[in-house]
Amino acid sequence: MPNRLRWVAPFAGLLLVLASCGESEDPREEVDEPDSAENGEADENGEVEGDGAEGSLIIESWRNDDLAIWEDVIIPAFQEQHPNIEVSFQPTAPDEYNAALEAKLAGGTAGDLITCRPFDVALDLYEAGHLESLNDLPGIETFSDVARSAWVTDDGSDVFCVPMASVIHGFLYNAEIFDELGLEEPSTEAEFHDLLDQIAADGNYAPLVMGTADQWEAATMGFQNIGPNYWDGEEGRQALIDGTQGFDDDAYVAVFDELASWADYLPSGYESVTYPDSQNLFTLGNGAIFPAGSWEIALFREQADFEMGVFAPPLPEGQDTCYISDHTDIGIGMNPDTDSPEAARAFLEWTASPEFAELYANSLPGFFPLSDHEVQLDDPLAQEFIDWRNECESTIRNSYQILSRGEPNLENELWDLSAQVINGTIEPAEAAERAQDGLERWYEPQQ
Amino acid sequence: MSNTQPPAPPDDVGAEVAVKASPVRPAPSAGRRPRQRFRLHLLVFLLPAAAIYTIFMVYPLVDSMRLSLYAPQDGIRMFVGLENFVHLLTDDLLSARFWNAVWNNLVFFAIHFFVQNPIGLLLAALLSSATLKGRSIYRTLLFIPTTLSVVIVGFIWQLILNPIWGIVETPLLGQSSTALITLSLMSVWQYIGIPMILFYAVLIAIPDELLEAARVDGANGWQTFWRVKFPLVLPTVGIVSVITYVANMNAFDLIYTVKGALAGPDFATDIMGTLFFRTFFGFQLQRGSSTMGATVATMMFVLILVGVLLYFFVYQRRVEHYEL
Repeated sequence: MPNRLRWVAPFAGLLLVLASCGESEDPREEVDEPDSAENGEADENGEVEGDGAEGSLIIESWRNDDLAIWEDVIIPAFQEQHPNIEVSFQPTAPDEYNAALEAKLAGGTAGDLITCRPFDVALDLYEAGHLESLNDLPGIETFSDVARSAWVTDDGSDVFCVPMASVIHGFLYNAEIFDELGLEEPSTEAEFHDLLDQIAADGNYAPLVMGTADQWEAATMGFQNIGPNYWDGEEGRQALIDGTQGFDDDAYVAVFDELASWADYLPSGYESVTYPDSQNLFTLGNGAIFPAGSWEIALFREQADFEMGVFAPPLPEGQDTCYISDHTDIGIGMNPDTDSPEAARAFLEWTASPEFAELYANSLPGFFPLSDHEVQLDDPLAQEFIDWRNECESTIRNSYQILSRGEPNLENELWDLSAQVINGTIEPAEAAERAQDGLERWYEPQQ
Repeated sequence: MSNTQPPAPPDDVGAEVAVKASPVRPAPSAGRRPRQRFRLHLLVFLLPAAAIYTIFMVYPLVDSMRLSLYAPQDGIRMFVGLENFVHLLTDDLLSARFWNAVWNNLVFFAIHFFVQNPIGLLLAALLSSATLKGRSIYRTLLFIPTTLSVVIVGFIWQLILNPIWGIVETPLLGQSSTALITLSLMSVWQYIGIPMILFYAVLIAIPDELLEAARVDGANGWQTFWRVKFPLVLPTVGIVSVITYVANMNAFDLIYTVKGALAGPDFATDIMGTLFFRTFFGFQLQRGSSTMGATVATMMFVLILVGVLLYFFVYQRRVEHYEL
């Protein structure tokens, strides 16, 4: 055998030589260079702006998709003001982030700045002393209570992460299909169903593009998308936490009812259509309406070659205030064990500034700043999403704060139940009852 | 120490090693049977493997069993005895999930057992037939899926079975009635190469004299297969089944790749591996519990142990082995 393969050796050698001749390009090297050049210059000129804090900071994050944006846009902008602070963004894969971060914090090797997951994960870190209280951070007052809700103690007294971004739910649509069929954005649920019927009657496009295979779309893009209009946003969310409302109340059954009615408009075989399937189906122009989260904007802009529009969740009958799910998703906090606390504070202060808000929102269309600063967005779709904040009341997903702490886990239940309601394997009323039973098992105010 | 040193009575360790290293094992000196002494070289050969196996397999296994006897109370991990097991098996919510996972796991295995073995045997029989041309091509093609990453297998089959892009309209992976069976068959498709190659190895090792003798006695191909070849394959069926059992009870990756950790719809594809994953690491907003996770893992171990012991004491002892 070795003899027969003798001729391979020279070729392999040649290949190696050729490979070594090529210039290896590490994209990160290129990114780093301008940064360090800038720093060098600043040092030579002795230009030290800002508060003059020094040090090097490492940011822990799960947003590995955003690495380039942080390195090319956000960090250089920060360093213009703070040339003596080195910042490096070191993301971990989203699935591994929580476990990896916890291990690093326990071992004392975690970064100085920590990107915070919303609610209990971050709260646990704070309670374990891995996040610093930020009550006195200049700029923290520009965030509303809803914006802060994801990173405060249960009694609201301590805030430990600067809210960075939220995502808003709505319905993206293919404007060309709407033009072709002469359709208009619906504002009420009746109009919405009319619209869906018309697209279905035409027969060329899937009226609603979603599947239930991954389960979370049914809950997140379905239940939590249209739900706030039924349970009056924050009012209903708080009532669930207080125990004055339950999942078996009419409002919640009505959400499941509406969700069940979607089944007729989804692509055939939607039970095994996954999230990437539906993304592709929509961007290929085979479907008309995509129940969405604003985070889709960037990807859809890249992949779809048609005009897109967006409308807010249509109002159910008899409802005149609109509510949107403006869900707090990312925050940033500070590791108390950091070696350069002043530099870390300087960075956090900057993340609370209007400049950061504008920069972040425009670099990542679909992730919206949570501060009260007026922000101008370049992307018209993103702008439309954020404009709803002026017309509608904001709320967050009702299963996220406090209510998903016990067994069974409410969020997991909602995934399962929402998918099953659409699949038709459970009745809406039964689903609502099961969610309520689950909550009553462990949550005292509901017992 | 040289290899040429004459064999000395194994009085000291050095001599013993020298004896071992000599190319030809010297005959024991006449008249004196060497006493059964402790042979140090056995230790030398066994220790590295035993040490590595202990550090990386035995210790973690035992430690995770130990972990299942603890539970966090007020932030401190306390010894609670078998409380976790009692909770796992009696709590209506948790036990329902657990037994559902066990049942699904057994179904997953049963499909492998009843589909993978016969098809594997059939393929092996066809491959070993004397008149087959292009044998090694078929053998390679049939074995290739086994070498693929589960992620790729999951992805390919998800596309093939996709109602939008694929070849079937029915959402086979999306209905609770069909999802688990479909996933099992996907896994069978991937791993069919293993029983096939093991059966094939047995079939080609059967001496021609046996088959010739059968032919001389007037047996046709069918009779030769069932009366001569099949009994020789039976011990391998047992081994293949026990390997499949262990692999299936530990299965996780395919289900996780295709259905996610929540193993939907309605937990129809939830097996012990995914249940363990959710319990140990948590999922989305659900927080993980390392002690409860260890409890689930210990139960998995117990179930696998019971299955393997059943194989050893019930099947292995009864099945006849033939010396060829």
